[in-house]
Amino acid sequence: MAASAAATIVSPFKCGLFPSQGFSGSTRSFHLRKNQKRTVRKAVVTAKIDLKPPPYSLDALEPHMSRETFEYHWGKHHRAYVDNLNKQTVGTELDTKSLEEIILVTYNKGDLLPSFNNAAQAWNHEFFWESMKPGGGGKPTGELLELINRDFGSFEAFVNEFKTAAATQFGSGWAWLVYKANRPDVGNAVNPRPSEEDKNLVVVKSQNAINPLVWDYSPLLTIDVWEHAYYLDFQNRRPDYISTFMEKLVSWDAVSSRLEAAKA
Amino acid sequence: MALRTLVSRKTLRTSSLGLRGLQTFSLPDLPYDYGALEPAISGEIMQLHHQKHHQTYVTNFNKAIEQLDGAASKGDASTIVKLQSAIKFNGGGHVNHSIFWKNLAPVREGGGEPPKGSLGWAIDNHFGSLDALVQKINAEGAALQGSGWVWLGVDKELKHLVVETTANQDPLVTKGPNLVPLLGIDVWEHAYYLQYKNVRPDYLKNIWKVINWKYAGEVYEKECP
Repeated sequence: MAASAAATIVSPFKCGLFPSQGFSGSTRSFHLRKNQKRTVRKAVVTAKIDLKPPPYSLDALEPHMSRETFEYHWGKHHRAYVDNLNKQTVGTELDTKSLEEIILVTYNKGDLLPSFNNAAQAWNHEFFWESMKPGGGGKPTGELLELINRDFGSFEAFVNEFKTAAATQFGSGWAWLVYKANRPDVGNAVNPRPSEEDKNLVVVKSQNAINPLVWDYSPLLTIDVWEHAYYLDFQNRRPDYISTFMEKLVSWDAVSSRLEAAKA
Repeated sequence: MALRTLVSRKTLRTSSLGLRGLQTFSLPDLPYDYGALEPAISGEIMQLHHQKHHQTYVTNFNKAIEQLDGAASKGDASTIVKLQSAIKFNGGGHVNHSIFWKNLAPVREGGGEPPKGSLGWAIDNHFGSLDALVQKINAEGAALQGSGWVWLGVDKELKHLVVETTANQDPLVTKGPNLVPLLGIDVWEHAYYLQYKNVRPDYLKNIWKVINWKYAGEVYEKECP
């Protein structure tokens, strides 16, 4: 990962003091966020992607995920993906596209174009911050729990499958809970689970920057298993990091909202 | 510089399949102390890298080989195939890291000293200068997305040097059956994160101070006598 060059993105937000306000019109949010007013900037000349802070302060997930980790993970890694993406897209036809559109175009049926990594990683990290919350963990409720029970047998079985996917994603990557409508031929990519029934929840894992948007799945939850996500806090102990994530960090509220939006 | 590659005292495993002559792999000892490569690579990193990461590859490689042996003797073709990724990941991890420890040396044992002899000459001939080679390796190492390795290798048929990258724990030979690794630099984040954080280029800049060109030269001379 190249070090972030003198990052001069002017963000109206200081380090994550307040919940983000959906400022960037170009980062079309994939889900409805409750209790947040959206200020869409009109007549944007360039569709510059913004680095949004996590919806909590950088130390809010201590001791499970340290402030130091956030300073690097959000402040350096995520920032670099955003900065470098903007540098790559300025003045090109990608400039006018939303982040999701850039991801799909540059995925290019698996023959990745140069901006894919930065675009997908920018999206993945924002989605990841929003997948966690202070005092997270516990169990989901309502329709989400019903679907989990239906599609995995039990919440425990889901947790096991998710943790296994996260632990066995070799090298860098992500593990996901997704909502999957039955569209076997997704055109842009090879659907990894083409034979599953309609409209169900599935756990998948992906390498490096790839995310389930390219398979036309609706992501509901993710965990970053690149080593930079856990090395400062857990060193090589990825399974401990994954357990901590499940028990203390997952925002089931966010997952439920995303499911609602995906089914709509 | 003798490298003990016998079953180390750190590895207490005895092969339960010794009767069938199944080779068990073990973690090689480092020929230097964990702290001996400082300040280029911290002792903390060296210890975790060797005792945890490499050891895990060895452990899981042995497990996979055991399972492979079982499947092969039962004629279970699909299990044999299913095990291939575990063998590549973990076996590759063991192979690559075993080379890596030999690619490094403390300064007082020659770490950082430029290559001499035929390898030095071949580098100048092929890349223009050692510095040009270093810049190329560093550029490719920095640009590698995700986890992997950057290599200086020699094509033992064509007798020329190559710079290549491999993903995850793929050994160099996956890029060409005639490629022999002379020098590999691990650019998985675990190799540098505690010390260099996200700044992989700084790790790449500093590692040259402890690169053991003597070993690379010996391998080169064996392939290109």
